Amino acid sequence: MMPDLGKYADAVLGSYAVSIALIVLLVAVSVWRARRVRAELARIEERIKKHG
Amino acid sequence: MSLWEYANPVKFIRTTDRLLPWLAGLSVVCLVVGLVWGFFFTPDDYRQGSTVKIIYLHVPSALMAINAWLMMLVASLIWIVRRHHVSALAARAAAPVGAVMTVIALATGALWGQPMWGTWWAWDPRLTSFLILFLFYLGYIALWSAIENDDTAADLTSILCLVGSVFALLSRYAVNFWNQGLHQGASLSLDKEENVADVFYHPLLVSIAGFVLLFLALVFLRTQTEIRARRARALLARERMA
Amino acid sequence: MIALLLRDLRLAVRAGGGFGLGLAFFLIVTVLVPFGVGPETGLLARIAPGILWIGALLACLLSLDRILALDWEDGSLDLLATAPLPMEGIVTIKACAHWITTGLPLVLAAPVLGVLLSLPAEGYGWLLLSLFIGTPALSVIGTFGAALTVGLKRGGLLLSLLVLPLYVPTLIFGAEVARRGAEGLSVQTPLLMLAGISFGALALLPFASAAVLRINLR
Repeated sequence: MMPDLGKYADAVLGSYAVSIALIVLLVAVSVWRARRVRAELARIEERIKKHG
Repeated sequence: MSLWEYANPVKFIRTTDRLLPWLAGLSVVCLVVGLVWGFFFTPDDYRQGSTVKIIYLHVPSALMAINAWLMMLVASLIWIVRRHHVSALAARAAAPVGAVMTVIALATGALWGQPMWGTWWAWDPRLTSFLILFLFYLGYIALWSAIENDDTAADLTSILCLVGSVFALLSRYAVNFWNQGLHQGASLSLDKEENVADVFYHPLLVSIAGFVLLFLALVFLRTQTEIRARRARALLARERMA
Repeated sequence: MIALLLRDLRLAVRAGGGFGLGLAFFLIVTVLVPFGVGPETGLLARIAPGILWIGALLACLLSLDRILALDWEDGSLDLLATAPLPMEGIVTIKACAHWITTGLPLVLAAPVLGVLLSLPAEGYGWLLLSLFIGTPALSVIGTFGAALTVGLKRGGLLLSLLVLPLYVPTLIFGAEVARRGAEGLSVQTPLLMLAGISFGALALLPFASAAVLRINLR
């Protein structure tokens, strides 16, 4: 299934590993921060609504 | 009185909320198809062996690294001229994405170059230009973080983006001159794929599409976050004064 | 305008004005290089133009925050902003003062330090010329960076991060003139580019610097 990468296996696999890892990291951080800020804003708006 | 200061951010969030799932899904599909196709179902290159498979990561990420900065430039201009907060925040949101793309381009470029050139890093004009671009990204991101007042930060960073763009372009020419002068005739450009064969070209296009969609999805998501964060700060400030 | 220039010059030269610090730093960096790369004359001769350019550049960098920070702290910047002088004129004068008190001394000191690094004989003239033409660009670009970070406490590191990438084209062409001159090669292209950068920066950046200062003074 895996193609024969020959002597360049390290370079090719390394490239894919690094790139995919960085993308996953970026997406994870972005999503995590989005959720956190959304919740924070909801909390603040709730609090303001209650106290008028 | 509306709690939101302007209509724009509301519309932006509403629209992007609807678009995001599609963008994200489509981007994943394109990325998976492009990378799997390129990795498993393309032959090796005559000269570069299996390292040609790195092209499906290196070229799209390099393209996005440049385009992210161009988008930031346009967004900065829109802020300067029309003062749309969403525009300024979109530029802020795009910067880390562009920076990561630059790192991917650099890492894949170095890994691709190592078997070809025999060293882990070579001051090839293109790689060097990307390294300088990365420094510009870092400075831009750092300036945003350093300034407390949101409007001042938006103003200063947009001017930095403008001036930085001029110097980034200048650097490109300077670096080309600098390396060419030293190693005449030995320019090993990784992007000699002007006549990329169709068998490589098609999965590359799909991969590029995937990266573009990923960029859009991330920028939309992150801009939403910036808008909400800004609003949270404004509400907290108002609370404190009341 | 002249009054402002003279005032800045006087302030810089006075005790505590940091006048000699740039020169001292330049000297220290030059002395450190052989300790880092070994004393072999051939090697030093080859890297001397570049090292001297980098040393001058770093010495310029370190003195940048003085351009505006002191005036910001004691409120003189606010006063200057309300003066009948255009802001663009003010930042240009500031850059000028920086060049006269920091850049120019570095230019004059460079040949002396070139002796320490075994700079080839043909290189002295070109080193002097390239620094003379290039250091004004460093002052003008540095003023832009100083304006961006003027309000920030401990903005020194951020200032370096912002300014160093902007310095790259000047460094590349300046060092190329010095290097090629030392090797006897043609220096026409880098010299023209260097001059272009200096003139362009002097003509255009003050507008950006003035805009930035106005924003920070709001």
